[in-house]
Amino acid sequence: MTAADLAIILPEIVLALFAMGAMLAAVYTSKDAMAAALTYGTATVFLIMAFYIAVTGDGTRVGFGGMFIDDAFARFAKVAILLSAAAVLVIGVEAMEKSDLLRFEYPVLITLSVIGMMMMVSAGDLIALYMGLELQSLALYVIASLRRDSVRSTEAGLKYFILGALSSGLLLYGASLVYGYTGTTLFSGIIETAAGGEMALGLLFGLVFVMAGLAFKVSAAPFHMWTPDVYEGAPTPITALLATAPKVAAMALFARVVHDAFGGAVGDWQQIVAVLAVASMFLGAIAAIGQTDIKRLMAYSSISHMGFALIGLAAGTAQGVEAMLIYMAIYVTMNIGTFAFIMTMEKDRRHVTEISALSSFASREPAKALAILVLMFSLAGVPPLVGFFGKYAVLLAAVDAGMVWLAIAGVIASVIGAYYYLRIVYLMYFGDDREGLDGQMGTAAYIGLVGCAALMLLGVINLFGLEAPAAAAAEVLLR
Amino acid sequence: METILLFAPLVGALICGFGWRMIGEQAACVTATGMLFLSAFLSWIVFLGFDGETYTHSLFRWIESGTFFTDWAIRIDRLTAIMLIVITTVSALVHLYSFGYMAHDENFREGESYRPRFFAYLSFFTFTMLMLVTADNLLQLFFGWEGVGVASYLLIGFYYRKPTAGAAAMKAFIVNRVGDFGFLLGIFALFWMADSIQFDVILSMGPELMETTFPFLGYEVNAANTIAMLLFIGAMGKSAQLLLHTWLPDAMEGPTPVSALIHAATMVTAGVFLVCRMSPIMEYAPLATNFIVIIGAVTAFFAATVGLVQNDIKRVIAYSTCSQLGYMFVAAGVGVYSVAMFHLFTHAFFKAMLFLGAGSVIHAMHHEQDMRNYGGLRKKIPYTFWAMMIGTFAITGVGLPTTYFGFAGFFSKDAVVESAFAFGGDLGQFAFWALIVAAVFTSFYSWRLIFLTFFGEARGDRKTHDHAHESPWVMLAPLGVLALGAVFSGVIWYNSFFGKTDQVATFFGVEYADTHAGDGEGGDHGEAASTEGDSHGSEHHYVFTSPPGEGAIHAAPGNDVLNEAHYVPLWVKFSPFIAMILGFLTALWFYILNPAMPGILAAQQRPLYLFLLNKWYFDEIYDAVIVRPATRLGRLLWKGGDGRVIDGGINGLAMGIIPFFTRLAGRAQSGYIFTYAFAMVLGIVVLVTWVTLASGG
Repeated sequence: MTAADLAIILPEIVLALFAMGAMLAAVYTSKDAMAAALTYGTATVFLIMAFYIAVTGDGTRVGFGGMFIDDAFARFAKVAILLSAAAVLVIGVEAMEKSDLLRFEYPVLITLSVIGMMMMVSAGDLIALYMGLELQSLALYVIASLRRDSVRSTEAGLKYFILGALSSGLLLYGASLVYGYTGTTLFSGIIETAAGGEMALGLLFGLVFVMAGLAFKVSAAPFHMWTPDVYEGAPTPITALLATAPKVAAMALFARVVHDAFGGAVGDWQQIVAVLAVASMFLGAIAAIGQTDIKRLMAYSSISHMGFALIGLAAGTAQGVEAMLIYMAIYVTMNIGTFAFIMTMEKDRRHVTEISALSSFASREPAKALAILVLMFSLAGVPPLVGFFGKYAVLLAAVDAGMVWLAIAGVIASVIGAYYYLRIVYLMYFGDDREGLDGQMGTAAYIGLVGCAALMLLGVINLFGLEAPAAAAAEVLLR
Repeated sequence: METILLFAPLVGALICGFGWRMIGEQAACVTATGMLFLSAFLSWIVFLGFDGETYTHSLFRWIESGTFFTDWAIRIDRLTAIMLIVITTVSALVHLYSFGYMAHDENFREGESYRPRFFAYLSFFTFTMLMLVTADNLLQLFFGWEGVGVASYLLIGFYYRKPTAGAAAMKAFIVNRVGDFGFLLGIFALFWMADSIQFDVILSMGPELMETTFPFLGYEVNAANTIAMLLFIGAMGKSAQLLLHTWLPDAMEGPTPVSALIHAATMVTAGVFLVCRMSPIMEYAPLATNFIVIIGAVTAFFAATVGLVQNDIKRVIAYSTCSQLGYMFVAAGVGVYSVAMFHLFTHAFFKAMLFLGAGSVIHAMHHEQDMRNYGGLRKKIPYTFWAMMIGTFAITGVGLPTTYFGFAGFFSKDAVVESAFAFGGDLGQFAFWALIVAAVFTSFYSWRLIFLTFFGEARGDRKTHDHAHESPWVMLAPLGVLALGAVFSGVIWYNSFFGKTDQVATFFGVEYADTHAGDGEGGDHGEAASTEGDSHGSEHHYVFTSPPGEGAIHAAPGNDVLNEAHYVPLWVKFSPFIAMILGFLTALWFYILNPAMPGILAAQQRPLYLFLLNKWYFDEIYDAVIVRPATRLGRLLWKGGDGRVIDGGINGLAMGIIPFFTRLAGRAQSGYIFTYAFAMVLGIVVLVTWVTLASGG
């Protein structure tokens, strides 16, 4: 452990110190009274770290004997994670306050989880991978059941924990198989064995198990079952978090494992990823149709979107990874905007999540309804909104990689999926006029909603220059 | 000047159609009419000042793609100049006439504005028609061709509350599409062969095309014949020739001024114009021109027979138009394009006049169109009566053969008949006799119309007759002007269109030469020095010598019909005259002297009468052979294909299969952890199995 190694993980160290410091400070001072300030503070630290990583990061640095990698890919993912976590924190404050959930542990746990995510995307070793994954997950298990007095919230946390433990088990089993067949836990070592001709069946088994564990984290079908229940049960701001930052981290980790560790055996994992992608897209699209709860609907929506992101991964090319990263960035933006609205859905001073409550919303709140319309169209992938370009990028990557059938399946799934997004728009604009939402929306949430909707429109111009860093990130991963 | 001439109607149409709310209804209509008169005035200047030399104004480049290019251009030659005055004169007069005719229309509700729309359509029609005749390439011509089709559609269906008018408008458009398809194929074929659609290029290619073949429908066909045939199919549609004629009588659903302008004087003659314009290609397509002669002659005969028994005054004139168009095509088919244009020219005047006269009668009789309800109107509407008389004199061809006394139709019709005879051969004989018989019928039905309308006892509704009144001057003035044309247009331009070959050649800007006996058919004049070396003795024998593509019309070497037509036997020259007298006497006998006669004859010859009354059952045959099967097929594809298979498939998928899976997914989401864990295990089992099989196999 040298100074150079520490310099590489400086952001993680800073965050860890901040988390522990904040915890101590809160415990010894006013406890929950300073929770709001602490939350904003945490968001600020995230922003600073994101800025620091984006600006100072340069080239590829490997620390701790190859266990920790800081490269363009990791930085891209870290910035996305930090920004989305910060955004979720800010827009969620008010909702948390209203439901009396704004505890000082909340920002601290999220910070710890974020550290885990950053660890994940930088992992260069199976052990580091597992460490990051568990740090992230444990923090999330706790905040998913933050509302201790609610049966559903605790049930959600418990389900998440048990199934997460199962998936960790699968992943660990796979990791041990990989270790057994390659004699190393380092990705750089695994890739040499895997690239050297025929993969041993045991190694293949290991890969499948590792991928199953990762698929659980990105909630890809058929490892998705926890998602709707947890999304529904967890407090809405936490659902917003679950739907954004961890997805980016898990997807980035997925990409890192298959490319960094098994980059030589693209043909072997490509088919698995493709199957996961198709299953997720279709399941997400089809199952969402029957939902009456908007949080459950968003859960299936995210399953479907993960399927699309996996298409990019399944392409097995730099173009595919680039498309996947762009897709994830767009997905996160759309979800932040949508959840900013969902967490403020209120009727008679009570948080509601029934889709039917949106009926004729447009006649009362035309501006917000328009913003949601834009977000829904973008989620459905209607041109010329940004969501379309995300889908277009992954489908194009699949076609260019010769997986036309996968692209066609993607198009069909997006057609089916369009139904439930459009149903929300339909309800808002043409639904029966009746008592609907009456809650006020806080400034932060409002900005989150309208801002994200605006981004969906403005991003058409050049995707905010997202393509260049994404391309650089993809390139470094595949090298 | 040509540009102003061309675009004045368009400007009028736009101002009238879109600006009438701003400037008021009356002002809008006046603007459109004023523009048309300006255009007509300029047209006459162009026509009278034209020296026979073709010239082209290019307005701007329209399309350029590879070797293909076309301009918007104005090409003025004699054909165009003739068409210009016909179109703009008749159109200007029809505009004026419409002020009276369209003043009150019970097809529209009180306070509804329909007149600016009507005038805008008329002006738009005129513009597209002018685009058609001034085109210097086939694409612009086709633009005009379709433009007049659209205008015709809009105007036939002008009384849009009448279902019959809507149906007639659609029929006109759809039947024309059949012809247009042939026309388009012709254009494609020409472009394929010549790599251009500019008249400059393609018109000079006639002889070359005659030597060329190309594969078409699986056969190796002669290029010139095929292209000419395809173009003529287009002309058949537009000019309502047999097989594609069914739309024209129905088009009478439109207001009468429309019938006068579009369905008598101008649009329907576009086909004749096209054939004349393409004369340098037609001349080298003997099979196609023979076909044109046959179709023309049969149409002339067919339409005349149907005209004999129609009772609707406008339908009689419509069949008459159809028949006269047949005459024109016979003239064009035998290779005497000047005569075709001559008949087109005179016909425009007298037929427009007949229609406007009929409109005047209809106006007087409160939109009653059945001649059986007319009678004795001569005293009530004397001016209209005399106008109709002049029109009838003209169409039946009243005049003294071999002299210069006669109405316009007399000269041009005789010229057609003589040309057909001079063409010779079985085909010439056939065409000649068909036209003569048609002339008898023409005379009969024209006089029948006059006798039924203006003579005899007043029939039908008493009150209508009592209220019958002469039309206002805005309707009578156009009749007067057209009467001048119907009387004098024949005699004034007789020599230009059907004079000696050198006169015609000068008029149409074609080079000519005096041939010597050696290359004429009179081989017995062997002396090269003789300038009188001609099979007909004492006169010069001139022939067109321009290469194809130069001059307005073309005659292939060996085409001497124009010359020959002047030397037909005397009985041929008299035969149209006799036919005219015969028809007149029969009509006189049937409708004045012995009015019971037609009823008896109709009862005796019932099958024949019904056959004619039902227009040879063409509509019924088309209905059975084409319309019904097409409807059935459409219904099958709609109900079976679209409704059951596509809609059913989509609906089944969207409302049956997808919801089924949705329910399935919902059921799987039981809420129990063991179910979820089981799904994960199942998933990993499937994946592992698959990977094993994939790598093992």
